[in-house]
Amino acid sequence: MDRFTVLEAPALALPAANIDTDQIIPGRFLQKPRDGSLGRYLFHDLRQRPDFPLNRPPGRDARIVVAGPNFACGSSRENAVWALYDHGFRAALAPSFGDIFFGNALKNGFLPIAMPPALNARLLGQLAGRPELAIRIDLPAQTVTLPDGVIHGFAIDSFAKDCLINGLDELDYTLSRMPEIAAFERQRPAS
Amino acid sequence: MFDKIWSRHSVATRSDGQVLVYVDHLLIHDGYAPAFDVLRERGLRVRHPERSTAVPDHYIPTTSRDLGSIADPEKRAMVMSMKRDVEEHGIQLFPLGDPRQGIVHVVGPEQGITQPGIVLVCADSHTSTHGALGALAFGVGMTEAAQILACQAIWQRRPKSMRIWIDGQRGPGVTAKDIILAVIGRIGASGAIGHVIEYAGPAIAALSVEGRLTVCNMSIEAGARAGLVAPDDTTFAYLKDRPFAPSGAAWDAAVAQWRALPSDPGAAFDREVRIDISGLAPMVTWGTSPQDVAPVDGVVPDPDTMTDPAQRERARGALGYMGLVPGMAMGEISIDRVFIGSCTNSRIEDLRGAAVVVAGRKVHPKVEAWVVPGSTQVKLQAEAEGLDRTFKDAGFAWHEAGCSLCLGTNGDLVPPGQRCASTSNRNFVGRQGPGARTHLMSPMSAAAAAIEGRLADVRTMMERR
Ligand code: SF4
Repeated sequence: MDRFTVLEAPALALPAANIDTDQIIPGRFLQKPRDGSLGRYLFHDLRQRPDFPLNRPPGRDARIVVAGPNFACGSSRENAVWALYDHGFRAALAPSFGDIFFGNALKNGFLPIAMPPALNARLLGQLAGRPELAIRIDLPAQTVTLPDGVIHGFAIDSFAKDCLINGLDELDYTLSRMPEIAAFERQRPAS
Repeated sequence: MFDKIWSRHSVATRSDGQVLVYVDHLLIHDGYAPAFDVLRERGLRVRHPERSTAVPDHYIPTTSRDLGSIADPEKRAMVMSMKRDVEEHGIQLFPLGDPRQGIVHVVGPEQGITQPGIVLVCADSHTSTHGALGALAFGVGMTEAAQILACQAIWQRRPKSMRIWIDGQRGPGVTAKDIILAVIGRIGASGAIGHVIEYAGPAIAALSVEGRLTVCNMSIEAGARAGLVAPDDTTFAYLKDRPFAPSGAAWDAAVAQWRALPSDPGAAFDREVRIDISGLAPMVTWGTSPQDVAPVDGVVPDPDTMTDPAQRERARGALGYMGLVPGMAMGEISIDRVFIGSCTNSRIEDLRGAAVVVAGRKVHPKVEAWVVPGSTQVKLQAEAEGLDRTFKDAGFAWHEAGCSLCLGTNGDLVPPGQRCASTSNRNFVGRQGPGARTHLMSPMSAAAAAIEGRLADVRTMMERR
């Protein structure tokens, strides 16, 4: 897992609401091995349309997704994060996210940022005219800088932030707290 | 009720406020290869093999019980690696051919593994199903599943609470599926993000456990973390004598504990919604989100009348994909395929309801119709009742248990452009195959559609009897 600090990159704008994880990677590719090449199935069915923005620059080289509300809702498939990651994406900006995706993302070095709807609309508006414009995400400072220079401060769990900045893994951390789990099991009434 | 279960399972709290939640039971399906890979890479063992149950459902064929008939070697490998992984770690498995095999969310309740007050997790979003028995049950990703295998606990942010109170009485031909479609139509596909929904009120109390499972199953389609129904006598009667339910003195002790679970009167919720289902018609989806619902006797909505510009755009796109025009009567929408199955609606009660509609009738000649029971138990029970004959005589294909056309991971797909009346839970673009068009509905409505070759109001079909 790469460390995440500052990312300045162009974005893939997908203004629709409720883009579900079945769109991000269709169910029929879920058996594909997780070998770093899942990016080729990213938005597989949408990509059949030649005008889908992922098919050409700047979308093809984008590293940030800017989407409408409830991005990545639906299925729990972690493959959705892996496919985004393997394609080169490291962050998504949307007014809201599917809960399970949000958790999955943070565990895989991918930063989901919830933006106020008005600001999200403003950003989508800017990208509609000039899709090549870059967005800057500064995780240590917890800011997003829009192409027009507007700066948005975002909130993030201190723990998740730490994991992302240091490329750390939650599993190791949980293993370090095994004694507490064992103690919990001992004091628990048998059921 | 949620508070009680949550606090009893809280092991520790982290600096950011997330809570380490103890997991009583983990359900495993045939998509877990990435989770076991994590254990293997790090040399970790499963902490409590006896707290997991594995059953293949997603990648298996439903026309035979022969793994060799899975043509795609990668899909076959998913089922095989599951067998190897769980055997290596000593986890109980209900393999293909075992009478206990089925869709993981049908098997858990059916075997009595799902019990009131427990925390149950599975790397699948429809784990919300199990909340129907008063368990706190939610879906996770594969990284989290690996962590549960190794540690038996998982970090979770405490969700907010929401109560959906449902008044009124269902009319004939109106089922739990119609209730939950109406709820999602009301609150929207993101209406419950970050919340655990507790369903309550007379219309929920009147539902069987099967019906409550259908309601809780689709909580995730409203964005919820989980759905819950307070356990009551209906729940206890359902669980009694199930293979993994407590028995003898332990049963009485368990019931006494379970009775103390429901929310205290006057318990506060972060959000409350009230819905009256008196006069509710059977509901059918017209679009590509489960919130796109209309009564079966209504019309396809007109995006131009929608006030929110984003909604309008989305609805236009959905109608384009679905090949529908605004104002068209729902009953004029002709269909090519019917799928009665999935963890939403493949239990015995669902098949009985559909069989009542089908009995003595024929599937429309241009329609290909399938029944895929949710578990081998359900299949055997249905066969004992002669339901398989009713379906087969009408022209339905009668399958083995599995996920099948719900998601198509096993290769069962709806061809591009074809329209499917489906009892599953997601009508997303391409969910049942590239270009496939899905209309979600109850098993009774799907049966009616199979006979008529178009969406049909099951209430009028029942009157014609
Ligand atoms: S039936 Fe469908 S929704 Fe349910 S577990 Fe299987 S694939 Fe998932």
